[in-house]
Amino acid sequence: MSNHEHREAAHQPVKRKEMSRRQFLSYTLGGATAFMAGGAVLPMIRFAVDPLLTQKTEGTFVKVVEESKITNEPQEFRFQVHQVDGWYESDPELTAWISRDQQGNVFALSPVCKHLGCTINWNTQNDNQYFCPCHEAKYSPEGKNLAVAPAPLDEYDLKIEDGFIYLGPIKPNTKV
Amino acid sequence: MFKGIYNWIDERLDITPMWRDVADHEVPEHVNPAHHFSAFVYCFGGLTFFITVIQILSGMFLTMYYVPDIINAYASVDYLQHKVAFGAIVRGMHHWGASLVIVMMFLHTLRVFFTGSYKAPREMNWVVGMLIFFIMLGLGLTGYLLPWDNKAYFATKVTLSIAESVPYIGPYIATLINGGEVVGAQTLTRFFAIHVFFLPGALLALLAAHFFMIRKQGISGPL
Ligand code: HEM
Ligand code: FES
Repeated sequence: MSNHEHREAAHQPVKRKEMSRRQFLSYTLGGATAFMAGGAVLPMIRFAVDPLLTQKTEGTFVKVVEESKITNEPQEFRFQVHQVDGWYESDPELTAWISRDQQGNVFALSPVCKHLGCTINWNTQNDNQYFCPCHEAKYSPEGKNLAVAPAPLDEYDLKIEDGFIYLGPIKPNTKV
Repeated sequence: MFKGIYNWIDERLDITPMWRDVADHEVPEHVNPAHHFSAFVYCFGGLTFFITVIQILSGMFLTMYYVPDIINAYASVDYLQHKVAFGAIVRGMHHWGASLVIVMMFLHTLRVFFTGSYKAPREMNWVVGMLIFFIMLGLGLTGYLLPWDNKAYFATKVTLSIAESVPYIGPYIATLINGGEVVGAQTLTRFFAIHVFFLPGALLALLAAHFFMIRKQGISGPL
């Protein structure tokens, strides 16, 4: 032991930056612990956030009605979409209010009130407006919010092919 | 006989000092309603804990019948409420307890506030208490969806719209807690897991910290 110390003293000028035994052990044990904890936790985190990272399904278009049936007065049309919710597939029925604007262009409004999500109806108050029975929101024929609701009614993506109207995903109102 | 069993265990494990640490200490006069009746305000923390224990127990029993599945959830709640003996009572305990726990927690918070008990050295326990408060709100929120009736469904729709209105990251938060784009099968299983495992786990850890700090620092002095 004393011999050893003596030799250390002799080598004084060449000061090597050495890791102490204690440091080495805490780095290796710490690293191994972090690795094992990460190995256990990361799969679970990726598992939990999967809905964030899965590709959104492309909105498909569904045939709803002949274009010739559409008037300036909004009319209610129902159509089915195929919906995949994880392991549960269903065909819920949706509703659209379809009409023509001043220039004669066809557009389709969603019936979901932009206040708190009740279902709106057309002209129930004989004022040529959309009306929501829940808290009396009112919308113009183009879906512009006239009372209570903070935003205009959403629109369906719409295309016309061979004289038929096809509706797609919901988008913010483009008319007002 | 109980004395005998206690002594038998105590000889082997020496549990008396532990017991003394946890429970064997005087209740100071200023928090004892037997001395000053107005000291009943010091009971609200214990009452909050009492109702929390009832929530956890009644919740555990509810899961014997409840299934978190969009086809069967409503039917299972309907069954346990109307067909199972004492179903209305056990579900009622959980249902009313969920509101009562918030009331008790609020009164407890008022007591802590007006006695100034949040001041040094007890700041950390105020913070832990606030975290418990948010966990409780989370439990109420996720539990509300579980019966999968119209009220539950639309309340969750509104919740998700609120989450979505957070600037920039709102849509991501909403998708994450919704478990996808539709409020449906995956939302229900997600809320169920959060309601019965994640939040109660976090709650118990925070309660342990809360009580440890109270034991360490003692109850705050008289006004
Ligand atoms: C302090 C903690 C808790 C609070 C505040 C709470 C709150 C709620 C609420 C508000 C509901 C809806 C009740 C209703 O529909 O009438 C609910 C339902 C439910 N909770 Fe909890 N809960 C708590 C703890 C737990 C725990 C620990 C479990 C299980 C281990 C649990 C299991 C359930 C189940 C299975 C339901 C669905 C049955 C039903 O709706 O009646 N809960 N909870
Ligand atoms: S939900 Fe339509 S007015 Fe409130």
